[in-house]
This record gives sequence, structure tokens and C-alpha cells, in this order.
Amino acid sequence: MTFTSFLQDKRLTILLSGEIDHHSARETMEAVSEKIRVYLPRYCELDFGAVTFMDSSGIALVIHTLRAMNELGGKLRLTSVPPQPRKVLLASGIQNLVALSQERSPA
Amino acid sequence: MKHENEAVIRFPSLSRNEAFARSVTAAFAAQMDPTVDELNDVKTAVSEAVTNAIVHAYPDRVGPVTLRLRRLDDNILEVTVKDLGCGIEDVAQARQPMFTTGGADRSGMGLTIMESFMNALSIRSRPGRGTTVRMKKKLVGRGDPDCKPRS
Repeated sequence: MTFTSFLQDKRLTILLSGEIDHHSARETMEAVSEKIRVYLPRYCELDFGAVTFMDSSGIALVIHTLRAMNELGGKLRLTSVPPQPRKVLLASGIQNLVALSQERSPA
Repeated sequence: MKHENEAVIRFPSLSRNEAFARSVTAAFAAQMDPTVDELNDVKTAVSEAVTNAIVHAYPDRVGPVTLRLRRLDDNILEVTVKDLGCGIEDVAQARQPMFTTGGADRSGMGLTIMESFMNALSIRSRPGRGTTVRMKKKLVGRGDPDCKPRS
């Protein structure tokens, strides 16, 4: 699991990649939290486009990120979600708490 | 139950073995001609079961985890994940969505995902003795006629 992030107009985009499982999730969670703490974004976008596998550890990552954004009064979106991570996310009902789309968000 | 092929792998409860267990399962299941979606479902369920053994069965130590894969009649894949760890006091409670004894990095959705991604799930656990999770999934597959079992 590696990620790239960029900030534009208070919008933080985090491009996740590789496999998200328990082995990799904690480190990713801490890195995402650190970015939010430093940049204080109004919008945060987790881009799943390059995620090749995700188990329920990814749900915990999303919940963790959602809490951090809620504390800032900001919004979270999940974009470019491939079918396998999407199925795991939908099983958790997280779509009731956060916007989830297959497409990349418009610039 | 009668099975025509079987693989048994034992590894220590190290988190890097989660990816290993998924890969081994996918490699075993490949002979059953699964669809990409079926393979993903099985890999996800195995990841959850093995993670539970690593996180919950052995919270303070490293212990053995046994993964058994079997090809049963009707192209059914059986996956058994067994540990000799602390066991589950209340299995019914553990099966509740969002229930977890793990920390903030656990979602409590592992068993719910195993249940919904596989056709059958059974859990046998004895506190202090360990837990065995057995899951089955019928792989309808891509219907490749060349992928019949060999005698």
C-alpha cells in the first residue's frame, strides 16, 4: 500500500493503491490522518482507482477518515471505486454515511 | 465429505501472511475455473478469517494458523481456517455486524462479510482452545469445458 496526495483549493485528494488489508491499514490510516491534520481540508477525496484488493480493514480506514473530516466540519467522498472494494464497502452500509462513486470526481 | 483435491498450509500468525493466504487460496481455486467475482469473494472471506486468527486468536503472541482448502463435489470450494488461540466466548455476539473486540483499526464487519460473500459459514470455538471457521462457496465459474476434474 502506497499513496500519493495533493491539495488544491482546500480539497485534499488521496490516491490509494495496492492492497488494503489489516497488515497495511494501520500505516495508511496514520498517514491519511496526518495529511488531514496538516492541511485541514474542506473536502477530502479518497481515490480507490489503483486499489487492487480491499477487505474490511478498508472500511475501518474510511470510518477513521470520515471521523477526522467530521471533526473539521468537512466532507468526504470515495471515488474511482473498483468492483471488489465497492462490494466490501456496500456490505458495510457505509454508502449511507459517505458518497461513493465509480467515477473520478470532476476537477 | 468426499473431496478430490486438498491443500493444507500452516503458517505463523504474522500479518504479512494475510496476503500469502489470499494468494494460496486463489491459486488453489484457479483449477475450479471461477469467475473474477467469485475469486474476489473467496479472497476477501479468507482475508477476514485469517486476519481474525492473527488479531483476535493470538492477541499477545504468535501462534499457528492452519488453512485447509478442499475441492468438493459440485465445484464447491471449502476453506477452513483453524487456530489454537484464545477462542470466542460468545460466537452469536461475535457474528453481530459492527461488533469488535479489536481497536479503532477494526470495523467489526469481518464475519458479516464472510457470511455474505460465501454460501455457508460455521464457527466452532472453545475458549482457551481455539477456533475453527469453515466456509463453503459453490463456484459456478465460467463454464470452461476443459476445466473438468481429472481422474
